[in-house]
Amino acid sequence: MTLKSLLLSATTTLALITAPAMAEPVKVGLITTLSGGGAGIGADVRDGFMLALKAAGDAGKEIEVILEDDQQKPDIAVQVADKMIQSDNVDVLTGIIWSNLAMAVVPAATAQDKFYLSTNAAPSALAGEGCNPKYFSVSYQNDNMHEAAGAYAAAEGVKKMFIMAPNYPAGQDSLAGFKRFYDGEVVAEVYTQVGQTDFAGEIAQIRASGADRVFFFQPGGMGIAFLKQYAESGVDIPLIGPGFSLSEDILPAVGDAALGTINTSHWSTDLDNPANKAFVDAFRADFGRYPSLYAAQAYDTANLLLSASAKASPSGDPDGFRAALQAADFASVRGKFAFGPNQHPIQDFYVLEVENRDGGLTNKIVGNAMTDRGDAYAELCKM
Amino acid sequence: MLLAEQLLNGLQYGMMLFLMAAGLTLVFGVMGLINLAHGALYMVGAFACAVVAASTGSFWLGLVASLAVAAAAGALVEMLVIRRLYNRDHLDQVLATFALILVFSEGTRWLFGDFPLYLKLPPALSGAITLPGGLQYPFFRLVIILVGAVVALGLWLLISRTRLGIRIRAGEADREMIGALGVDIAKLYTIVFALGAALAGLAGGLVGSIQSVQVGMGEPVLILAFVVIVIGGIGSIKGALVGALLVGMTDTLGKAVIPGLFARVMDTASANTTGSAVASMLIYILMAVVLLVRPQGLFGARV
Repeated sequence: MTLKSLLLSATTTLALITAPAMAEPVKVGLITTLSGGGAGIGADVRDGFMLALKAAGDAGKEIEVILEDDQQKPDIAVQVADKMIQSDNVDVLTGIIWSNLAMAVVPAATAQDKFYLSTNAAPSALAGEGCNPKYFSVSYQNDNMHEAAGAYAAAEGVKKMFIMAPNYPAGQDSLAGFKRFYDGEVVAEVYTQVGQTDFAGEIAQIRASGADRVFFFQPGGMGIAFLKQYAESGVDIPLIGPGFSLSEDILPAVGDAALGTINTSHWSTDLDNPANKAFVDAFRADFGRYPSLYAAQAYDTANLLLSASAKASPSGDPDGFRAALQAADFASVRGKFAFGPNQHPIQDFYVLEVENRDGGLTNKIVGNAMTDRGDAYAELCKM
Repeated sequence: MLLAEQLLNGLQYGMMLFLMAAGLTLVFGVMGLINLAHGALYMVGAFACAVVAASTGSFWLGLVASLAVAAAAGALVEMLVIRRLYNRDHLDQVLATFALILVFSEGTRWLFGDFPLYLKLPPALSGAITLPGGLQYPFFRLVIILVGAVVALGLWLLISRTRLGIRIRAGEADREMIGALGVDIAKLYTIVFALGAALAGLAGGLVGSIQSVQVGMGEPVLILAFVVIVIGGIGSIKGALVGALLVGMTDTLGKAVIPGLFARVMDTASANTTGSAVASMLIYILMAVVLLVRPQGLFGARV
């Protein structure tokens, strides 16, 4: 027996003696994007997750986190996940932001009997027939935010919509999700290129379309570029976005051009519950910025994990651990939170508006979009 | 009216591409160097502009900084790295300048953090103006057309009318001979590379103000700039201008027209996805056609 493993077993024994109710330490592999253009979102995921562990005090120290960068590349994400599973021997994987990376990692991880808790990406392929007992989405199902925007536009009685998204699977799902709940006329449906930086052509089409509102799904840098150019264009048709298009990680870069823009999300910095207030205050105190929905989801994921690992060990009692996850017995920053039959959330969606609060840009809640929304794929899931 | 606006969009997108490609074609043509770090210098210019504009409150100082910082970064990179690559083959140059992309990207992230920076147009340049005929058009996009034209004219004058231009052209033709004639070829190359970097930086500062100033913003630019100079002919400023305008027009009009054409033969949803996919391929098809018909590019002197 090496010195290291001797020490390790000694400390675990000690831990068992001093705190018999405490479960054994849980190893978590946190894979997220920490370099390149997507690093802002990754920083929010990391900071939200670690903040929850820090806030949990001694219980948080029972969770050992192995943090690695996926460079926003599917092949790197798979390599990192394999290393974490085979050599680091993690119990739970989490943290991936992008759906294409999740599709590369999640099925392989669950096939090797590891739990995967999604802090963000939740593609439809993993919500319906591809659902898995070891896979939980703590965020949403990919279509949800767009459905909420469609429901909002329908409730507002918007007659003519111009809708726009990048031409890739999540973009196509976005427009399909929007149309699922919008019952008015779609005057134009435009697909842009992924990574597009100039939107002059699309803005000309918007100007000529005669639409009453514009729905745009443009995450990350694409959204920054579109919002800046739209503000300069002299077109004054109001915009509606899913929460991703106006999240707190990009708002400072967009600036005042974003003020007053309507978007739909399951969470907001001003959502009124004690857990959220504690989270937003602690996040601002530690990092000096408003948390985004990505940070909120990661914070919830860590708290869900803490609540379940306090009841059962993922390696020693996987069935008990899974049941504890399903119970979702934690104080979510979203207020109420429950899992549906396919282990995706059932939650409320709100209408938000960008505002300037205490010298920073963030969103405030101005209405409700959907109540107790699950997803369109749950009935296809057989577990 | 929509067509007029789209034509204008094509023109301004072309000018934007010209600003991005001019420095690259200069360096490639004169020095025979494949500089993949061109996009990184574009990013450096945008970050310099954003940081200086944020701390001084002046967009114009930011623009000056984007020129100066990118030129300085270019000169430094030439002296430290590029200088060792002139006698190596293109593969070594690609490897080394690709490494520079990674160094610049992570260096920028390390210095300025994970999040995109804020950069806004000054009030003097923002907003839309009404053109004759009643078309509303963003003023800044007209400024880009103007700056592109000024840079094109300036480069043409520099190359054809000044002593430096004569040396640059001579260096392009026979670098050993002008070295033997007593021209300090090392200094000349540093100047040319810094000039190319400054042009990339200027484009970054200008275009960055209506786009997202973030790490990795240079890579899509790099690809487009290569398409432009391959179509225009490597090393030709005139070629870069014509190539950029061709690419700008093709891309803008393609995206405006093609999904509509597809909608006549298939249902709307698939016409939209297929049409936009085909529209985004158009510039590469254009490049392939040009390469087939005229492998040296439209204005390329050498094959």
